[in-house]
Amino acid sequence: MDKSTNVLIVDDYKTMLRIIRNLLKQLEFDNVEEATDGQEALAKLRAGQFGLVISDWNMQPMTGLDLLKEVRADARLRDTPFIMITAESKTENVIAAKQAGVSNYIVKPFNAETLREKIAKVLTHA
Amino acid sequence: MPDGLPDHERIEEAVRAVLSSLAGALTSTEAVLLGELEALGREVARAKSEIAALRVDDINASHIPAATDELDAVVEHTANATNEILDACEKLEALTPRLSGEAAEVVAGAVTRIYEACSFQDITGQRIGKVVAALKAIERRVAAVTASFAWAEAAPEPREAATDLRTEGEKLANGPQLPAAASSQAEIDRLLASFE
Repeated sequence: MDKSTNVLIVDDYKTMLRIIRNLLKQLEFDNVEEATDGQEALAKLRAGQFGLVISDWNMQPMTGLDLLKEVRADARLRDTPFIMITAESKTENVIAAKQAGVSNYIVKPFNAETLREKIAKVLTHA
Repeated sequence: MPDGLPDHERIEEAVRAVLSSLAGALTSTEAVLLGELEALGREVARAKSEIAALRVDDINASHIPAATDELDAVVEHTANATNEILDACEKLEALTPRLSGEAAEVVAGAVTRIYEACSFQDITGQRIGKVVAALKAIERRVAAVTASFAWAEAAPEPREAATDLRTEGEKLANGPQLPAAASSQAEIDRLLASFE
């Protein structure tokens, strides 16, 4: 697992951004940027070089699922590992995310070990 | 039939007209029917006065706005408290390089557990958001009922859009499920694995 990967975390709850950033810091990921909705995230992704996106689902004006679809439709971004971290735990949500090309899916509330395991998995397969 | 009256008053007017035309020439069946119509009329009048006594206009004017304000305050207070907790954790974490190996490990483990637990604020915030949305739906229905009885000037319930312009992501964004309906991480992992 390459700890120098640039990570973009996306969540409309500032507290959740802070929690994920701190957990990533414990996992020794120091190159972390934040966005508070899908549109801001997409602009940052297009302007920068990110090796991993960790995104919430339920955000306005662009949801995490819509961000995922935009990423997968963009020739430069399409291979970026994308983990959804969300309270949306219905089967139909997981299936929609998988069909849109999500790399992994974490349901909130989550623990640090689940986050570490999923990141390791998607970065290994990247 | 007089124009300009609310629907329920027009119905009552029509019933009265029918009943007066029947007077003096009733069979036993018609008499039963007449009795039932009269009883129905009394029920309608009673329901109207009971609904009036509920002062439903107060619900929209003060109760629902007050409830949503209180819920917003709950979200704000819990967010502030969570940020205070996170401030304290970050200070503790900054001390770990100065601690011995075992002590540093214990502190780091405890801080991780606090970070994990603090994610409650996101979940409760989303749940409260759903309650606020439900209250606003009740507010719209109350406004519609109030308007139909013409007790207060209230905007009619907005019509549903003919076409749903929401994206798939927005349609599926329902927030946290109640524990009985929620999938666990293990169930989600199994579902994802079934695609591979």
